Amino acid sequence: MIATGTQVKISNIKELPVGIGQVYRVNNEEIAVFRLSNGKVYAIENKSPHPKGGRLADGLVSGEYLFCPIHDWKISLIDGTVQAPDQGKVKSFQVDISNNEGVIYL
Amino acid sequence: MKKQKLVMVGNGMAGVRVIEEIIKINPNLYSVTIFGSEPHPNYNRIKLSNVLQGETRFEETIINDWDWYQANEIELYTGETVLKVDPESQIIITDKGREESYDKLILATGSLPFILPVPGADKKGVIGFRDIKDCEMMIKASEQYKKAVVIGGGLLGLEAAKGLIHLGMQVDVVHLMEHLMERQLDPVASSMLKRELEEQGMNFLMEKATVELVGDDRVKGIRFKDGTEVQADLVVMAAGIKPNVTAANESGIYVNRGIVVNDFMETNQPNIYAIGECAEHREVVYGLVAPLYEQGKVLAQVLCDQKDKGYEGSITGTQLKVSGIDLFSAGEIYEDSTSKSIIVHNEFDGVYKKVQIRDNRVVGIVLYGDTKDSNRLYKMLIEKQDVSDLTSIAFLQAAGQGEANDIASMPADEIVCGCNGIVKETIVQAIQNEGVTTVEQVGGCTNAGRSCGRCKPLIQDILEYTLGDSFDQSNNKKTLCGCTSLNRDEVVHDIRSKELTTIKEVMNVLEWQNEEGCSKCRPALNYFLGMVHHDYVDERNSRLVNEKMHANIQKDGTYSVIPRMYGGVTSAKDLRTIADVAEKYNVGLVKLTGGQRIGLYGLKKEDLPAVWEDLGMPSGYAYGKTLRTVKTCVGKTFCRFGTQDSMSMGIELEKRFERLDTPHKVKMGVSACPRNCAESGIKDVGVVGLDGGWELYVGGNGGTDLRAGDLLCKVKTKGEVLELTGAYLQYYRETAMYLERTSQWLERVGLEQVKEVLADEAKRNELNERLQQTLARYEEPWQKAIEDESIRDTYYTVK
Repeated sequence: MIATGTQVKISNIKELPVGIGQVYRVNNEEIAVFRLSNGKVYAIENKSPHPKGGRLADGLVSGEYLFCPIHDWKISLIDGTVQAPDQGKVKSFQVDISNNEGVIYL
Repeated sequence: MKKQKLVMVGNGMAGVRVIEEIIKINPNLYSVTIFGSEPHPNYNRIKLSNVLQGETRFEETIINDWDWYQANEIELYTGETVLKVDPESQIIITDKGREESYDKLILATGSLPFILPVPGADKKGVIGFRDIKDCEMMIKASEQYKKAVVIGGGLLGLEAAKGLIHLGMQVDVVHLMEHLMERQLDPVASSMLKRELEEQGMNFLMEKATVELVGDDRVKGIRFKDGTEVQADLVVMAAGIKPNVTAANESGIYVNRGIVVNDFMETNQPNIYAIGECAEHREVVYGLVAPLYEQGKVLAQVLCDQKDKGYEGSITGTQLKVSGIDLFSAGEIYEDSTSKSIIVHNEFDGVYKKVQIRDNRVVGIVLYGDTKDSNRLYKMLIEKQDVSDLTSIAFLQAAGQGEANDIASMPADEIVCGCNGIVKETIVQAIQNEGVTTVEQVGGCTNAGRSCGRCKPLIQDILEYTLGDSFDQSNNKKTLCGCTSLNRDEVVHDIRSKELTTIKEVMNVLEWQNEEGCSKCRPALNYFLGMVHHDYVDERNSRLVNEKMHANIQKDGTYSVIPRMYGGVTSAKDLRTIADVAEKYNVGLVKLTGGQRIGLYGLKKEDLPAVWEDLGMPSGYAYGKTLRTVKTCVGKTFCRFGTQDSMSMGIELEKRFERLDTPHKVKMGVSACPRNCAESGIKDVGVVGLDGGWELYVGGNGGTDLRAGDLLCKVKTKGEVLELTGAYLQYYRETAMYLERTSQWLERVGLEQVKEVLADEAKRNELNERLQQTLARYEEPWQKAIEDESIRDTYYTVK
């Protein structure tokens, strides 16, 4: 498990790719950070809640949703909720981008 | 008011349904604790045979997932078995030593497979057919062993046998009686069933009594009473089930065959109730889901102090879940001196229907081959309708007649979903009031169709009938995806006529409902734009993962790398390079692929560019909607039968058409003679060399939709092969739906149409010209990633 309370720095928000996830590895766990076309930045655990698992960062991003690359589940990037008819939740993390330096709070 | 404590022993379909019903009536009455021996949340046991038969995945059988328990604040202990109840002090004791007190206790322990009490029944490789664990055992056994024997020719046994056949095993079904399913079918229907199952590959050993299972540690065979034996690597006991009453027996609760309950599901002990397959009600133990759900409803009322009239028993209907077989039976199967039968036996169509009538009332139904009437007849049976003025048998009437108004004439209270007791009216109301438009939504709203699923076609009919014209408009049109009301042809037409050049433009101008589309339309639009405009700049982030990453994602998130090996021809030097890379990057698996090349599996995505650089080979596009491989035989260069140089033909095809975007993947094969070692007959484009010429086959498929290719033409020269293949590919590119393989496309547009277009020299030239323009735009993607730092940063970096 990722220890709560950890902070991960995103060095330069403007360099984050749009339309695909950037993976940060923290103590062997992975976080996928997404910069959307509207400029907002969200972070979720890079792990699908699908029973067969899989990673999420390379999925297709549309608006504030991500389509899981392996099972095509539609997942909210805001809070990690899997959209119907599938069910589940991905762990999501708070991101602060008030400065040019972003911080993810784990 | 403080919540009372409700403990339930058992986490299966019947029990959890009670909890659902209670929550519906009053969610604040009880705090609920459930103990289940299996390590899963509540799943649909009925669907296990569909799982074995490959029609359903395990996860699709889950009825209530973990979130449901959490959301309803139910404490769930899985993998924990309740051993004993102490009715005096109102506590239960589990196999983990846990003690839990209760105000109310429900025993919903279900049943256990009946294991024949014969010597050897405890050997390895002998199992029942009851839960997910059994299914997993069967799947595992089928990977190692060949021969399975199922004991029991009833519902359960036949479904298990069909599943094992699907898993590739050779299956014998042993049955004690003269006829299969003798409790549900009469001899006529039974022999029709037997014939059909034999055609599906089942072998029957009838009237055989098992006396011993032989073998050492693991079972090797079965010995019968008549002295004969049969070999077996796996034995599935499906001769029946028995109520699981272990805990009740230990606890002073009255047990006969099952735990005895009254009409209110109460046992002889205060505050202890039993329900489902472990319960015996008026001397009947039910094993089908419909009565158990009825019991559940009654028990929920009792527990919520809304005692109504109680449960009075059920007449059950049966069907067999084996693909290709329709049968239904209910009530009395065999005639006696007081009953008369109406029998329709249409051997021509393989249909048999028998209705037994006594005193003008339907008392028994057997339907085989056509079960459309099952709901209607079943209703007559349970409602004891007078049928004296109803006899009417339509003989050889025109197709479709008399069926059109089925839904209109169906009474509002006719049961549609037998498992859940949902009537037509409930479904119609859901459609009208809740705005549901699909079978799945009807299920979400009413529970109809969520157990065995047999009524789904009927629900579909009700949807169509109730929605009328709006159904046709909203559901029958195959739109590109949920983001638009336009279909493929309309979108492509608008891209051309309105000169749309980017995905964003398409979505804006054509008024897409989701601003950035979805995983269905984005890749499709990217393809269509690239097909229409040969200078289109590909939008990488609208491609699905493999095409975006130029590697195949594996289930653990690693990737595989498969370099080009034109025509399946390699060299010692290339093999050495591949071996060096495999070692350097500690590749998890090196495997020959189905397309005659070598795959490296289990690579981290951040290593991909370096792997490609070290390989120094072009991408094999093993992930793409494009030309995959051109499989070749060794041909006349070495083979004594070869009439043509298949290898160089294959290599030339592959080099010419590689990287081309196509609606779906395209595979080719080139064989040097009609022995066809490169399997050209099941390729999208298959070339077969003849003495002095070539045959071209198209629309073949060796995958999901197995299809033999059609002969397109015979030509004399290599040039003609290349020209025709090019024109054919381009015609497919321009007219197919996205994700439509050539096999499906060819069926849709017709071989004659394709032949006609390709026979026209002017059209052929135009097609090839457009193809050449498109081919000019491609760059080698691996090389590009090696050279372009921003691509590496965006797609192949982990921080």
